[in-house]
Amino acid sequence: MSWLRISWAWRWAVLVAGIGGWQLWTSRAGSSFFPRPSAIVTRMYHLWFSGPAAHVFLTADATGNLLPSLGRVLAGLAIATAIGAPLGIALGRSPVVTAYLNPLLQFARALPVVTMAPVFIVLFKIGTQMEIATIVFGTLWPILLNTIDGAATVDPVQLETARAFRMSAGQRLAWVIIPAALPKAFAGFRLSLSLSLILMVFSELVGSSSGIGYEMSNASNAFDMTFLWSTIVLLGILGYLLNELLAGAERHLLAWHTGKGRG
Amino acid sequence: MLEVTNLTRAFGHGAAAHTAIEAVSLSVAHGELVSIVGPSGCGKSTLLRCIAGLIAPTGGRVVLRGVPVHDVPDGLAVVLQDYGRSLYPWLTVRDNVALPLRRTLRGRAARRTAADASLAAVALAGVGDKYPWQLSGGMQQRVAIARALACDPALLLMDEPFGSVDAQTREDLEDLVLRVRRERDITILLVTHDIDESVYVGDRVIVLTPGPGRVRADLPVRLPESRDQIITKELPDFVRLRTEVSRLVRSRDTRAVS
Repeated sequence: MSWLRISWAWRWAVLVAGIGGWQLWTSRAGSSFFPRPSAIVTRMYHLWFSGPAAHVFLTADATGNLLPSLGRVLAGLAIATAIGAPLGIALGRSPVVTAYLNPLLQFARALPVVTMAPVFIVLFKIGTQMEIATIVFGTLWPILLNTIDGAATVDPVQLETARAFRMSAGQRLAWVIIPAALPKAFAGFRLSLSLSLILMVFSELVGSSSGIGYEMSNASNAFDMTFLWSTIVLLGILGYLLNELLAGAERHLLAWHTGKGRG
Repeated sequence: MLEVTNLTRAFGHGAAAHTAIEAVSLSVAHGELVSIVGPSGCGKSTLLRCIAGLIAPTGGRVVLRGVPVHDVPDGLAVVLQDYGRSLYPWLTVRDNVALPLRRTLRGRAARRTAADASLAAVALAGVGDKYPWQLSGGMQQRVAIARALACDPALLLMDEPFGSVDAQTREDLEDLVLRVRRERDITILLVTHDIDESVYVGDRVIVLTPGPGRVRADLPVRLPESRDQIITKELPDFVRLRTEVSRLVRSRDTRAVS
């Protein structure tokens, strides 16, 4: 694909030009709803990144709000993966059980997670538990359903080969079924990652005493537009970084998959 | 070595039932290389999978070295036609060859050494660190052969192993099988749809009838032990036998000839 050949510098140049245009437009418009990017960056620096060197330059506001949010995202994803991946492999290899459970799974997946939040608030009270529960419930389905699909569609020739060489059930699982299911499981995880950020903000908006969503809700109530935009930009950066991290892991773990596609 | 008696395998039930092979009996002596040839759809692969213990026959039985075959038996290895799908793309070539050895050989280093030796035996020393999809089709099939040989099988079953490579590569692979067979104490059963190949590599050629597959003929190959792609194939004996096999494969007659 030709866009791959566009140099790194040019791609960033477009971003810089975009921000420059944004700066020009907001400076000229002078709207209080759309603060200048320079004002947003300055605000972000003062809010979160002007702390002491001993705290990696994070301010007390950052450690009190960014870190808990990030922790909830990671905890939610970890729990969803710990449940979804093994269950997905097991169900993917048991077509009969999956056929029985499928209507239930499709129903649960179709429930908008947002509507479950009031239930979680009653169950867990407002706080970290309820927020993590919301993230887990929302991110479980993409991981589970994609892993089921991946484990169910292992090439029969690969399985027959494993049988012909009399690999044990454990060996078949570790060396054939799991690697074969991994590309699809990863695709599910990528969906879950972006969902987890949305759900983190949502659950913190609904009710929380810390976190990025909590800060957004405060900023919104105070009509502090620069603050509000700061949190939005921060979420964008956070999403970008997490996605890059995942892409790196994928390049490493699934090198064979992309390589095979090219070869 | 191998005794197959009245082997029958049917698929499906009722009106949709389909008999792939019917009452196939054959025996293979220790050290023999027997080709099984037949028109497409004659149940060659089904026969091979029954002998390998990969699928259960609906009738008859398979006895390998005096032991009835129910599951995949000891001392047996299989090379499937579809090398592109039977090699694991997430493992390097060496790890592909070493994987089945986990059952029998303790220690990563020992398995690595055995895998490298097996790769060297098929003239693939030095590609161990590559991935299967980085190799040509012929090389991939040689990896599959190396993987089978690494298990040091007494009986090697090959299901149309050279069906999807070009003619030149195919001849090289046939000579590779002949060399492996000379160098090792191994019995080989090779299923093919290529008549020249069945005669060129075989000590015996078993011709199956069109589906349901029955044994139509069991012909000895009386050719010199050492074979050459050019010289052997111009021998009158070769030409006569390949013509006979060809006639048997093409005829719609399903009776056995003796």
